[in-house]
Amino acid sequence: MLQYIIKRLLLLPFLLFIFSVIAFALIQAPPGDFVTSYIAELAAGGSAVEQAQIDALREQYGLDQPMTVQYVKWITRILQGDLGVSLDWKKPNAELIGERLALTLLLGLFTFIFTWAVAIPIGIYSATHQYSALDYFFTIFNYFGIATPTFMTALVVMWLAFKYFGVSVTGLFSPEYIDAPWSWAKFMDLLSHIWFPMVILGLDGTARLARVMRANLLDELKKPYMEMARAKGMSEWRLVMKYPVRLALNPLISTIGWYLPLLFSGSVIVATVLNLPTIGPLLLRALITQDMFLAGIIILIYCGLAIIGTLISDILLAWIDPRIRMEES
Amino acid sequence: MSNPTPLLSVRNLKTYFDLDEGQVKAVDGVSFDVQPGQVVGIVGESGCGKSVTIKSVLRIIQPPGRLVEGEILFNPDNGGGQGPIDLAKFDPNSKQMRAIRGKDIALIPQEPMAAFSPVHTIGNQIMEAILLHQPVTKKEARQITIERLREVGVPSPQDRIDAYSWELSGGLRQRAMIAMALACNPKLLIADEPTTAIDVTTQAQILNLLRNLQQQHNTAIIFITHDLGVIAQIADYVVVMYLGRVMETGPVDDIFHAPQHPYTRALLESIPTIQSAPREPLPTIAGSIPHPFNRPPGCPFFPRCPDFIPDTCNAQTPTLQPINQRQSASCFLYHDEAEEN
Ligand SMILES: Nc1ncnc2c1ncn2[C@@H]1O[C@H](COP(=O)(O)OP(=O)(O)O)[C@@H](O)[C@H]1O
Ligand SMILES: [Mg+2]
Repeated sequence: MLQYIIKRLLLLPFLLFIFSVIAFALIQAPPGDFVTSYIAELAAGGSAVEQAQIDALREQYGLDQPMTVQYVKWITRILQGDLGVSLDWKKPNAELIGERLALTLLLGLFTFIFTWAVAIPIGIYSATHQYSALDYFFTIFNYFGIATPTFMTALVVMWLAFKYFGVSVTGLFSPEYIDAPWSWAKFMDLLSHIWFPMVILGLDGTARLARVMRANLLDELKKPYMEMARAKGMSEWRLVMKYPVRLALNPLISTIGWYLPLLFSGSVIVATVLNLPTIGPLLLRALITQDMFLAGIIILIYCGLAIIGTLISDILLAWIDPRIRMEES
Repeated sequence: MSNPTPLLSVRNLKTYFDLDEGQVKAVDGVSFDVQPGQVVGIVGESGCGKSVTIKSVLRIIQPPGRLVEGEILFNPDNGGGQGPIDLAKFDPNSKQMRAIRGKDIALIPQEPMAAFSPVHTIGNQIMEAILLHQPVTKKEARQITIERLREVGVPSPQDRIDAYSWELSGGLRQRAMIAMALACNPKLLIADEPTTAIDVTTQAQILNLLRNLQQQHNTAIIFITHDLGVIAQIADYVVVMYLGRVMETGPVDDIFHAPQHPYTRALLESIPTIQSAPREPLPTIAGSIPHPFNRPPGCPFFPRCPDFIPDTCNAQTPTLQPINQRQSASCFLYHDEAEEN
């Protein structure tokens, strides 16, 4: 087991290197650079920019140097803990990302717990009561959940809430707390707002997870070990929870790690629609304005989370499934 | 000869499956007795309802199957105490039924590979059987489990107890399964084709083991197989089934040396013996087993029967009746007791 984890950990730096190269290549891919769009913006505002100033900017950010040099400069600074400055916001990237990152992860965690807490019981009920009225109800509900785009659900619910209750359900804070420093009251205000995006963001995942859980469990319920457990005199409920549910959960638990990057990116569209102060909209804007240092950092964090997520998945899978553990050692 | 009270007496058991395509009468009026300490072999071609019969006895038939009628009289105290209880009257998941399942009546299932959960150790699963029915601590249950594994011939049981089923060979897995079934010293052990999935040598060892354990503990066994050779090795008494019904019953010697029912005779002719001429095709039973949705009226065997009596066998269904001192048969060659309607 330990050996297995160490093997995975040794792979980490290598993967991070590859992903950082890809991240860098991605942000370099669009034609032009930040300075180009900066000039365009200034020109649109009516002020002309002198060539000397342009060159100075380019040199300052190393934009006139070859790709490899730019990459090395970029990654060295990041490794030294210097996340750079956003050219667009004129603020340190660390500051821009910091709070949003915390809020994103918090919202992601809530969404994740909501999804599992709702989907797994539904999946178990549906499978053990196959073709019952409630099973049909959940099945239809799940189809809706999967078929409706999340931003659409968000828009409809927002509109309904506004039209019939006169409340606005956007954002994560009441207006008076948005720029307020952190306090207990602000935290409580956050909790009173977070449930709405949590439910909206979680619906799709809940529907999918419930469906997979139902299908997995239905497969397991047909296995001969069920008969054996019944023949031992176990109560139906206990044996269902001990054997088939456990086996049906195995493949799902191994996907938990994959949620990590998903939680982080959230749904950019939904976050924009709901005006959430999370990372998604920040990345979108950074990409549009070619704020490459900011975009690069965000993408890099995203990749880092994806790698950590995969690592968590691998470890979880080996931990819960002795067959995998055995194969690897 | 006055029989003691049977340990198990199955009377006119019927278990049907209601499928979209129609009703499958998997077990349609089966009766047989098991005496304490007796080994009863149930034999019949695959699909004749052997497994459904014993699952009905254990009350673990799942929908769309249901026990339609019949009595399952179980008498664990051997006449003393409360007398026989009718398992057919219990709710399948009731406390009383669960207290009997696994404790007084235990099962060795058809597929030992799949009957263990792959993510729980065999020790965990055997201990569970003990903890469900006996007031012992986990530590004691573990000790009993190791003892049981040793008893069924699992080498170094103190290590193997923590193995997963897929780490064991077929033979060891089957032994572990037997250890689990014997965990609570059942009065009746039901073995559903326990040797089909393993090689011949191991098969002989397992049969020996079961025989020895049966003699030591005086456990009654219902041994299910489609293999008459295995029946000859292990059974005292034989129940021959065909299409959900009992064709003939009798002590093992009579069944092999003086088979009465035409189906039993056909079955015996189709197995190779030391006298069979080499490279001669063995006689097979003419015709094929009818489709379960499409059962013939009357005796289920008449379309393939060499002794078919026109207008009788295809019109009425014979019941199981004693035809001599030891054997019973459902056949109009010997009696004319037919089922009503
Ligand atoms: N779960 C089920 N659903 C529908 N039919 C079944 C089911 N289990 C058994 N049967 C039917 O019952 C009959 C007897 O099956 P079984 O008792 O398993 O035979 P065997 O004698 O080989 O053990 C078969 O014809 C089969 O089609
Ligand atoms: Mg069978």
